[in-house]
Amino acid sequence: MQEDKLVIGGREFDSRFILGSGKFSLKFMQSVIENAQVEMVTVALRRANIGGGNNILDYIPKNITLLPNTSGARNAEEAVRIARLAREVGCGDFVKLEIIGDSKYLLPNNSETIKATEILAKEGFIVMPYMYPDLYAARDLVACGAAAVMPLAAPIGTNKGLSTKDFIKILVDEIDLPIIVDAGIGRPSQACEAMEMGVSAIMANTAIATAGNVDMMAKAFKNAIIAGRQAYSAGLGRVLDNKAEASSPLTGFLED
Amino acid sequence: MKNANSDVMDYLEGMEIISHNILNKVDSLYTSYDYNSYTQNDVKIALSKEVLDLNDFAALLSPAATDFLEEMASRAKMETFKHFGNAVSVYTPLYIANYCENYCVYCGFNCMNKINRAKLSEQEIESELQAIAKQGFKEILLLTGESRKKSSVEYIGKAVTIAKKYFATIGIEIYPLNIDEYAYLNSLGADYVSVYQETYNKEKYAEQHLFGAKRVFPYRFNAQERALKGGMRGVCFGALLGLDDWRKDAYATGCHAYLIQKNYPQAEISFSCPRMRPFINNKENNPKDVHERQLLQVLLAYRLLMPYATLNISTREQESFRNGVVGLCCNKISAGSKVGVGGHDGEEKGDEQFDISDSRSLEEINQMLEQKGLQPIFTDSQYLI
Repeated sequence: MQEDKLVIGGREFDSRFILGSGKFSLKFMQSVIENAQVEMVTVALRRANIGGGNNILDYIPKNITLLPNTSGARNAEEAVRIARLAREVGCGDFVKLEIIGDSKYLLPNNSETIKATEILAKEGFIVMPYMYPDLYAARDLVACGAAAVMPLAAPIGTNKGLSTKDFIKILVDEIDLPIIVDAGIGRPSQACEAMEMGVSAIMANTAIATAGNVDMMAKAFKNAIIAGRQAYSAGLGRVLDNKAEASSPLTGFLED
Repeated sequence: MKNANSDVMDYLEGMEIISHNILNKVDSLYTSYDYNSYTQNDVKIALSKEVLDLNDFAALLSPAATDFLEEMASRAKMETFKHFGNAVSVYTPLYIANYCENYCVYCGFNCMNKINRAKLSEQEIESELQAIAKQGFKEILLLTGESRKKSSVEYIGKAVTIAKKYFATIGIEIYPLNIDEYAYLNSLGADYVSVYQETYNKEKYAEQHLFGAKRVFPYRFNAQERALKGGMRGVCFGALLGLDDWRKDAYATGCHAYLIQKNYPQAEISFSCPRMRPFINNKENNPKDVHERQLLQVLLAYRLLMPYATLNISTREQESFRNGVVGLCCNKISAGSKVGVGGHDGEEKGDEQFDISDSRSLEEINQMLEQKGLQPIFTDSQYLI
């Protein structure tokens, strides 16, 4: 059987689970990473207290790929500058592009995200843009050099699950890049459902950080994502939605 | 100079006038807010909604909500965790001057009070900031009394420039400025602005602010909007609860912040909730007491109206209250606070504006947060200018 790797920007990953880090106690970081068996963790550059106390970068094991995000950026220009700063402080070439100009709903600004993707991709960044699931925007991101597309499932932090399911499915069908569901996944079952429909990976933070037992929830997500991927790879059996199937042909009255 | 006979709505020369749209809306909402008209059913409806509006907020501040504090707290905790996880931002204030040109009846810094006045030199500012940075802080709030003459914009600009060498985030709590002045301080490194309206009752405002630039109600009211137009990332709102009817003032504060966010969706909104504390000459005012229970109701109502806003808990409050609200509804806390001028690298150089009730150091606040399962955060923004 062929190995089933997640490939982003030429890098291969065994895990299809990306961990967000903004809402955890740092002391839990190591054990959550181990339980989730993730290979990539997002880091908000604004939280990196280089040389100071509680520096998030000091809590992430060296074998983990850092995915610095541009949270706090309100437009393309700010995001580009944050990405460059992240590279300067040694976070590598991966960048999760987050451009949010609304402090209430925290919805991504697709047009600014496209602009920033184009600039950063030309500078050699492996750009993973967070976006509202819109096919036209996704096509533009591909054209601008994105390495993956990260649509939201529901407003960030809401744990509401696949509210945008139909639109994510369109991206899965039409976009030839890894589709990584980025926000709103609240339960392992929702992560599994997204993986079953062909999403390449899941990013989660709030759902784990707000769980009663973060380690156990990290493990539950890992297992759900694996199960969903296996189901997708196996090819789901035929599911009949609210339809009965007549045991005798309904068209049997036709003459041969 | 504004005096006690002048109309508080009249601007002084040099004060920039911008639209009064938000002011007029808040004034109208403030005037018509009849908190006794809300019932327990209104409170239940508010608590059942996912996104609350100003009418729900009004219900949560009403007397009808006082029996629902536990339910409000439960919802607030969930919202706080949803938006901030267990991260709590930690900062400290530094008063660089306490000269003031205003006569605000209730304030320890007012120009009629015979207190020790002081203003730090650039060298003293540097030394204070170095001492603060050495403790591990990355966010600083620079404060002055409200005197343009003694603490000019250029002087504050120099303080911001020095602070930029040591701190990731710089806030300013100074007298209100024009847009170009905010833009100037923003260009030097300041990125959020705190201005307290004190009370939204214009008549009471006139009684309490007898002279000085602060007597101009609309110039103060529009400070946050001018700050955002000047490029500031965030703005902080607050009324001095207890100066007038706290329910109405808390309601107006929430409406003010809510409408600013609606008009400036990128703005990062914060609230602080000072209430009347002991100070020199304070015998006559304080018409309605704000006890901890009332203060908690206000904090919870702010959290439920704007779950994404930062709620800061003041050192005016005692340790047990601060410990209780942090993580429940507040996501920002000061540590190692001094409210005289300077004092972080030795003796304070001027008298204090008010008494603080929680003098815990950064280390002690960190310990408290960690014991509560919360994560102290020293830096949470990236200054990009």
